[in-house]
Amino acid sequence: MKASVIVFPGSNCDRDIQVALEKFQIATTMVWHQETELPKSDLVVLPGGFSYGDYLRCGSMASKSKIMKEVIQYAGTGGYVFGICNGFQILTEAGLLPGALLRNNKLKFICKDVQIKTINNQTAFTKKLSEHKILTVPIAHNDGNFFASKEEIQSLKDNNQIVFQYCDKEGNISGESNPNGSFLNIAGIVNKNKNVLGMMPHPERVIDQLLGGTDGQEIFRSLL
Amino acid sequence: MKFEIFVTLKKDVLDPQGKAVEGAIKNLGLSTISNIRQGKYFTLEVAETDEHKAKQQAEEACKKLLANLTIEEYSIKKLS
Repeated sequence: MKASVIVFPGSNCDRDIQVALEKFQIATTMVWHQETELPKSDLVVLPGGFSYGDYLRCGSMASKSKIMKEVIQYAGTGGYVFGICNGFQILTEAGLLPGALLRNNKLKFICKDVQIKTINNQTAFTKKLSEHKILTVPIAHNDGNFFASKEEIQSLKDNNQIVFQYCDKEGNISGESNPNGSFLNIAGIVNKNKNVLGMMPHPERVIDQLLGGTDGQEIFRSLL
Repeated sequence: MKFEIFVTLKKDVLDPQGKAVEGAIKNLGLSTISNIRQGKYFTLEVAETDEHKAKQQAEEACKKLLANLTIEEYSIKKLS
């Protein structure tokens, strides 16, 4: 299996995701954002970070970079695209996922472990996770407050596109377990075709006990 | 031809930054001021003499990059 990790100026989780992918024997190529051709890939990852210093809106400039034309085309033909944190923001700005990520409701950069509940384990990214599996995964963002119009939210629900929701240790999805003000505690969604996943938490940071946890492993195993 | 562009959050989108600014304004004792919403302001030049065409270019920039129409709206004004 082959993956391409797109590197933007300001990406800072690109090497982390490379380590994670290679741990699961996924051959990984780093692709600079100014490239115009995507290497043959079974998966494209948009990593976390602060592309273009979060200028204008998080992910806005990165979503217009040269390689993104290729990524959009690749996603259109059913190719798997995985955006984490800034990658999720880039996917919404590129129109590959609905909604937008706004400033956290308490205006603070949040860097901590949170619990997320698996809402849809029927996707290529989550098929190894048991139903309603609760994962402990870190978040590290300033703008993770998921927003979408009423129509978009309805459509996300109708098409089973909500993949992860923030919850507490017992799995309760409530205001108290919502770290950033996201609509419906949304932490991750897929597109209608279920081949594009965006999530704010960082599964690549919990793939080894040495890093503090292994809850991210099942996501990478699902991709194999 | 020069234009100014305002990009603001749509009415139904929460603006926590505007809220924080409003809190600080209240702390200053300016109690009559409320409903502060924060936005962005751009000026740009279009190398085009036809006003209609120039404005179209500015519109395209707004739709494709300067504003995210999921959460924001924009207005364009020609500067003399």
